[in-house]
Amino acid sequence: MPNRYVVAKVGEIAPGSSKLVKVAGRDIGVFNLNDSYYALLSKCPHKGAELCKGKIVRRVTSDEPGSYTVIPNSEMIRCPWHGWQYDLRTGQSWCDQDNVALRKYAVSVETGEGLLKGPYVAESYRVVVDESYVVVEI
Amino acid sequence: MSLSMLAAEKAKPNTRLSVVDCDIHPVLRSDLEILPYLPERWRDHLKTYRRHLRQGLHGTLTHMRMQVNRLDAVTPDGGPPGSDVDFMRSHHLDQNGVEWGLLQSLQPAAHAERNLEYGAALATANNEWQIAQWIDKEPRLRGSIQVTQENPEAAVREIKRRAGDKRFVQVSMSPRAQEPLGRPRYWPIYEACEEHGLPIGLHVPGFGSGYASTPAGWPSFYLEEHQTFAYIIMGVFTSMVLEGVFERYKGLKLVLVEGGFAWVPALCWRLDKAWTRMRSEVPHLKRPPSEYIREHIWFTTQPIEEPENPEDLNRVIEWIGWDRLLFSTDYPHWDFDDPKTVFNIRMTPEHRKMIFSDNAKRVYGLP
Amino acid sequence: MHVAVPGVKTLVPYLDEYWQERVRIQQLERLDLSLTSYPPTAPLSGRPDWRPQQGPPGSDLALLQEKALERFGVRYAILNCLWGSQVLFAEDMAAAFCRAVNDWIAAEWLDRDSRLRASIMVPTQNPELAAAEIERRAGDPRFVQVLVLAGLDLPLGRRLNWPIFKAATAHRLPVAVHAGSAYRHPPSSSGWPSFLLEDYVSNTQLFAAQLASLVSEGVFAKFPELKVVLVESGFTWLPAFAWKFNKTWRGVRTEVPWVTKPPFDIIRDHVRLTIQPTDAPNDPAIINALIEQIGSDDMLLFASDFPHWQFDGDDVLPDGLDDALLQKILVENPLATYPRLGELVA
Repeated sequence: MPNRYVVAKVGEIAPGSSKLVKVAGRDIGVFNLNDSYYALLSKCPHKGAELCKGKIVRRVTSDEPGSYTVIPNSEMIRCPWHGWQYDLRTGQSWCDQDNVALRKYAVSVETGEGLLKGPYVAESYRVVVDESYVVVEI
Repeated sequence: MSLSMLAAEKAKPNTRLSVVDCDIHPVLRSDLEILPYLPERWRDHLKTYRRHLRQGLHGTLTHMRMQVNRLDAVTPDGGPPGSDVDFMRSHHLDQNGVEWGLLQSLQPAAHAERNLEYGAALATANNEWQIAQWIDKEPRLRGSIQVTQENPEAAVREIKRRAGDKRFVQVSMSPRAQEPLGRPRYWPIYEACEEHGLPIGLHVPGFGSGYASTPAGWPSFYLEEHQTFAYIIMGVFTSMVLEGVFERYKGLKLVLVEGGFAWVPALCWRLDKAWTRMRSEVPHLKRPPSEYIREHIWFTTQPIEEPENPEDLNRVIEWIGWDRLLFSTDYPHWDFDDPKTVFNIRMTPEHRKMIFSDNAKRVYGLP
Repeated sequence: MHVAVPGVKTLVPYLDEYWQERVRIQQLERLDLSLTSYPPTAPLSGRPDWRPQQGPPGSDLALLQEKALERFGVRYAILNCLWGSQVLFAEDMAAAFCRAVNDWIAAEWLDRDSRLRASIMVPTQNPELAAAEIERRAGDPRFVQVLVLAGLDLPLGRRLNWPIFKAATAHRLPVAVHAGSAYRHPPSSSGWPSFLLEDYVSNTQLFAAQLASLVSEGVFAKFPELKVVLVESGFTWLPAFAWKFNKTWRGVRTEVPWVTKPPFDIIRDHVRLTIQPTDAPNDPAIINALIEQIGSDDMLLFASDFPHWQFDGDDVLPDGLDDALLQKILVENPLATYPRLGELVA
């Protein structure tokens, strides 16, 4: 049974922004995307940077050089150090494939998306809204 | 349900690490912060004309970097990363066990200034600013004497002005100059460095030579441009060796900063092989090029190389020599290396200590 | 392998009336148009026992046959001509001279030895004219690749250069990027080195920059069939370059969203390198470590670089390569890279 921690009041974190909290000995970023909440451990699996102090960015794909498509509802957190990007909703990284020593997950190419999933995953937590509070389950 | 405590984590000094950080950047809060350190004649000039560089945009580099600084290094009052000595102390020096931090003061980039007299004044001002705002306020910091290489007389004067001042540990100039750095016009600078026991520490990329940043022409993308850090350093290294600078100045030491190091073995092998073929063109060289490198040149570790197979990092360092690498973080830039997480290879405690501390202490004569 | 045009005079029969007139008026027949990158008398340009009695290194067919084709048991050899037509400023003159060189190669080399194949010399000064020359040669299956110098006006990957890749891929021709420069830019971003030796060593930076350009600009995304061959670049620099390229790419993907795989993987798919010079000690442990770092058995192509002086005696290959890899380097990789090699000559 996970422990539940209140991290914010509803309305405190504006849509599109985040709050950094310390909970159960962990630094966690809590994000509001269109009034759905997501939480990630604020530690980049690459070199340990405070991941959640980075910018929220969106995925960009391309049909060919010179064309740029911004994908809606694709928010990622971009690590403030070396720029690695992680899907805010799942923690999945989008930056590497074949690092043999650190590979944990099967790698796949998704048709039409044009990006490779990486083996790194930023640890994520379930967030629920309980009455007027935002609650993280760890 | 428990109410969580939202505590700002206070940085705890790291007492387990002890590193010499060979690349820290102090940053001006604004271009005008340097004004008090300039003579009167140049204050109005700076306010009116700002800078006159070999590029098309005023005040901004022509290639837009995807990122410059760590986003989490903004100072508590919202100032640029690297602009506050107190924040640098708590955010970096204390947390990362820095015993000595060597400053590479890249602003106001005096070396790139086309107006040579102005450039010399900016270099002197930079050195004064390093002392007043950084070294005198934080005893762990040491400075680099900034000089304008295109004005060798002024450069030598500045070196002589600072020589003997233990707050400065090396001389710094641009690796990207009007001529390859081994050429004779820069020799008076090396003579002064050797005479005063000061290593040269060259930091990439050194904007402002006016030549394309690659021999193929100008890159379009930052992805391409960032690769040029290695090319610049390779060119410096090749020129200094082949022009016989180390044959002439046998006491001179050269530290190449932020150029990477994984390319060093292949370049040494290539130099030796080509020299075997064309040594009649350079009779002033008495030994194979790689021998000069082993005796006179060191490389900082950041940005740490990340081979696909981490064991190749061990292999590369073996090929270069464990005594040739000097740890650096490049704080507060984005491609920062954290001493706690930088190496994902097994190292003997002796090698670890050499890279993190002992090699640099020996090169720079630090206690 | 290299063939050398002895001089402008040699090409006069292959020029049209107008260009013959120009040669006459300007007295160009006195010029050899050799390259600063390869002065004919410099040591690297010709191994002493590979130099003809008369003419520059690479101008004697009998010598090439005896010293290279016979000596190394060569089934097919690709001739690369390094000559000043790719350096001239005037585009039309460049195009006329490139065309003449290609005609000369066909008549005086390819017609005389069925083992010989050639690269198409193209006027890179004007990519449309270069594409036209490719179209002109495509029908002769003995031309198996397109040749450009490593140092041009613009980085090779720039979109302005794409007509070259379009024409090359339409005819299944790899593009060879060969050591040497038109010197539109100095060999370093800090200006002009003093020595030929220094320029030559600095070719590594030139090749690296071109490779960075090709990948970053998305040339391989736009032309998925394209193969690029780096000729006489040395290959031992590649892993260090590619590791940094991968590292930076991971953080700047938004800038180049068409680069959808790590750059080193793209390079493994599309780029090949000849084995001269082998810039490493002749130590099997080091050689094999480097090959492992390169991470693909498909990338290296055998070359002697005749008549350039890259090795002594018969030491054309480094020690320590296992038989399977040797077979790939000597035969399989070249056949896979040059689809035209295996076809019968009409």
